[in-house]
Amino acid sequence: MVQPKAPSNPGRRKFLINATSVVGAGAVAGAVVPFIGSWNPSAKAEAAGAPARADLSKLLPGEMMIVEWRGVPVYVVKHTQESMSVLNKNLSRLSDPDSLEDQQPDYARNELRSRKKGISVLTAVCTHLSCAPKFYPELGTTDFDTDWQGGFFCPCHGSKFDLVGRVYAGVPAPTNLPIPPHYFETEDILIIGEDGGAA
Amino acid sequence: MVTKIMSWFDERLPITATIERHLTKYPAPINMNIWYLAGFLLIVVLVIQLISGIWLLMSYEPTAEGAFASIQYIMRDVEYGWMIRYMHTTGASAFFALIYLHMFRGMMYGSYQKPRELLWVIGWFTYLLLCMLGFTGYVLPWGQMSFWAAQVIMSLFGSIPFFGEELLTWIRGDYLISGITLNRLFALHVVLLPLALIVVIFVHILALHEVGSNNPDGVDVKKFKDEDGVPLDTKPFFPYDIVHDLYAVGVFLIFFCFIMFFYPDGGGYVIEYVNYEAADNLKTPEHIVPSWYYTPYYAMLRAITFPLFGLSAKFLGFVVMAAGIAIFVALPWLDRSPVKSIRYKGVYSKFFLTLFVISFFVLGYLGSVASTPIRTILAQFFTCTYFAYFLLMPIYSKYEKCNPVPDRVTLS
Repeated sequence: MVQPKAPSNPGRRKFLINATSVVGAGAVAGAVVPFIGSWNPSAKAEAAGAPARADLSKLLPGEMMIVEWRGVPVYVVKHTQESMSVLNKNLSRLSDPDSLEDQQPDYARNELRSRKKGISVLTAVCTHLSCAPKFYPELGTTDFDTDWQGGFFCPCHGSKFDLVGRVYAGVPAPTNLPIPPHYFETEDILIIGEDGGAA
Repeated sequence: MVTKIMSWFDERLPITATIERHLTKYPAPINMNIWYLAGFLLIVVLVIQLISGIWLLMSYEPTAEGAFASIQYIMRDVEYGWMIRYMHTTGASAFFALIYLHMFRGMMYGSYQKPRELLWVIGWFTYLLLCMLGFTGYVLPWGQMSFWAAQVIMSLFGSIPFFGEELLTWIRGDYLISGITLNRLFALHVVLLPLALIVVIFVHILALHEVGSNNPDGVDVKKFKDEDGVPLDTKPFFPYDIVHDLYAVGVFLIFFCFIMFFYPDGGGYVIEYVNYEAADNLKTPEHIVPSWYYTPYYAMLRAITFPLFGLSAKFLGFVVMAAGIAIFVALPWLDRSPVKSIRYKGVYSKFFLTLFVISFFVLGYLGSVASTPIRTILAQFFTCTYFAYFLLMPIYSKYEKCNPVPDRVTLS
């Protein structure tokens, strides 16, 4: 095979090759942007992720309603006086009783993990593997606990949460149930998905 | 006349040279045994999957609204639709069964050792692509298990510190698993991943034919050659080897058809029963169980129940699971043994390989059943023994006493 002659001006060749490579790499990086960006939620998906509205006027103490927001169930619980009084009975069994983990907006980082006293708004997605925990408000002995103070039990892998969504220690779920951003438009109208300005 | 036509082509395209290099003059060791059939059968399954997949595509509808119904349409209304679908589902399980056997063969006979390190690494990429194909394909019927498997697996990305949530939204293309997610997984499953798989398998075979096949004795057959430079302990792949392979294809297809026609569900392992229900994002199935070929790694994921170094248990489980799959790629550099084949390796190598196989099967079982405290402890134990095979290998393979290796292959 005939070998091509060595270039007479190697410095210039090298510069041209490097310059072309750099510009080419820049072009590739630029061309990748639309393909990566295309995987972001579309305008339609963002619109579908808009806030949800719930009317709590018919919700009685001790009851729970499910509101769908962004395709996931959000549990809204109106607590009874009785259940609130036993809430902190088992603090030692909880893994994060003071809500130190960043699982709620700042306005819900308090003893009751709520923006409005007596009402819990919880994303019903188990923090272990995203199953939906079930609501077990009754006190006493249940199938899965001998001293149950009311709360949520995940049927998938046995994670337990108390009535305000705080996770028990020694279960697969690592953190408390998340609290979505929410605010009360009026006394009974709950908006899920927005902070109402006060974040 | 024929020679004349052939030489016209050969001057323009290396047909004869390619056939000779890869078939009629490819030297296959004469002591290859039954374990060496898996590779050929994998190619057969690849063809089955490609053809049945293309035919399924003709009737499948990749939308959240239509996917589940279109599977029912394929099963009930499309002529032979049921058979083509069962062919594809059975083929998926066969693909994994064979690649696990194929990988085990490589581990047993040291097929990853020098000079076949790159061959092994390329092969590992085919396994990785297969895992992705299995996952993306599983989501397409949009049944309950499809949906929740996607939910569980994708939520793992959300556990990555700092940018996990953003990454998760980007991967899903939505704030939840939705039709948007289904569509992109569909595109990956039917175009990108199979295309990549075909290319990587092609490169795998090119690399194999460059370095030559290993054999159960792990001896270098190229050391002794006849006067024409052909290794003494080999025979041409075509026709001597391929007739064995074709016989194996016949036996394999009997098993394949038996499952496809009589047990297409495979007792709930090939097709999980929960997936006969349409996807419902507000209703979680009682037990979320992956397909049988992922269960060892699912057991590892669940085995990590404690946070460590400020990282969540979920993220650590994800890391351990990924490491369990990834660690195979390091095998050529973990093995310090002067000997390739397990036949001549020392007692420790034999012990740890056996332990690995036991761990793999126990984890596979544990990953397919609901977890209890005892099972979690078992899973933790066998995750350790699984990794012990790899991580202790630099020590035990270096210091153990090996048996003398013969110069030439042995025939039993």
